[in-house]
Amino acid sequence: MAARIQIPREARRGEVIEVCILIQHPMETGYRHDDVGHLIKRNVINVLSCRYNGVEVFRADLSSGISANPYVQFYTVAEASGDLEFTWADDEGQRGSERQAIVVKG
Amino acid sequence: MRRRDFLASAVGALALPGAALAQADPVDPLVRALANGAPLRKGKVALVLPQLADNGNSVPIRITVDSPMTPADHVKSIHLYSERNPVPNMANFYLSPRAGRAEINSRVRLAGSQRVTAVAKLSDGSFWYAAAPIVVTLSACLDES
Repeated sequence: MAARIQIPREARRGEVIEVCILIQHPMETGYRHDDVGHLIKRNVINVLSCRYNGVEVFRADLSSGISANPYVQFYTVAEASGDLEFTWADDEGQRGSERQAIVVKG
Repeated sequence: MRRRDFLASAVGALALPGAALAQADPVDPLVRALANGAPLRKGKVALVLPQLADNGNSVPIRITVDSPMTPADHVKSIHLYSERNPVPNMANFYLSPRAGRAEINSRVRLAGSQRVTAVAKLSDGSFWYAAAPIVVTLSACLDES
């Protein structure tokens, strides 16, 4: 499961920064049928969380109501240099994670 | 049927779903269940959706809550509800004062024209909501696409 995180490379301490994540995932609803008429099993990313230097700053419960290749954007306060690490899991138990570094000045 | 009559009736038929949406109960029973008897008020939350979506499979949505996001007064969670989706609770987002700003952007799937509701739970235990109607031309979930 590939994902792309977009955050500023640098920020001032205390600045509110925009965080975006886009994960490549079908978010299979469980309501579609395959070519021979069998129901395709539901498989959605049901939990997504973001840790900033080990502290959880954001968490989301997702469902089939979120589009394929889920995109989530939120904000966080730049407190210290370090990493933003995203982790997520889908219904089939597959887990993914991705991290991105940020430099905080001042 | 004269062309003019036909046009008039066609316009009337188009206007109907919108009117029906406007008359429906503004608060979903599920939203009431979430609040669990706590005060549930309209306001503070702003929900931005396109008025019309050609394709319900990916509809941009933005939820903002008017909150200072301080440890004493912040948004704890934001919940998204759909009237017509098979899974009405589309997503829950959990925030903390570390967010700095209470705003979420995402993309949702919508099974048909309906009203979407966003509910915010604040640190003082109160619930605030906003609802927005949307017309969806091509539904997600049902069209097998």
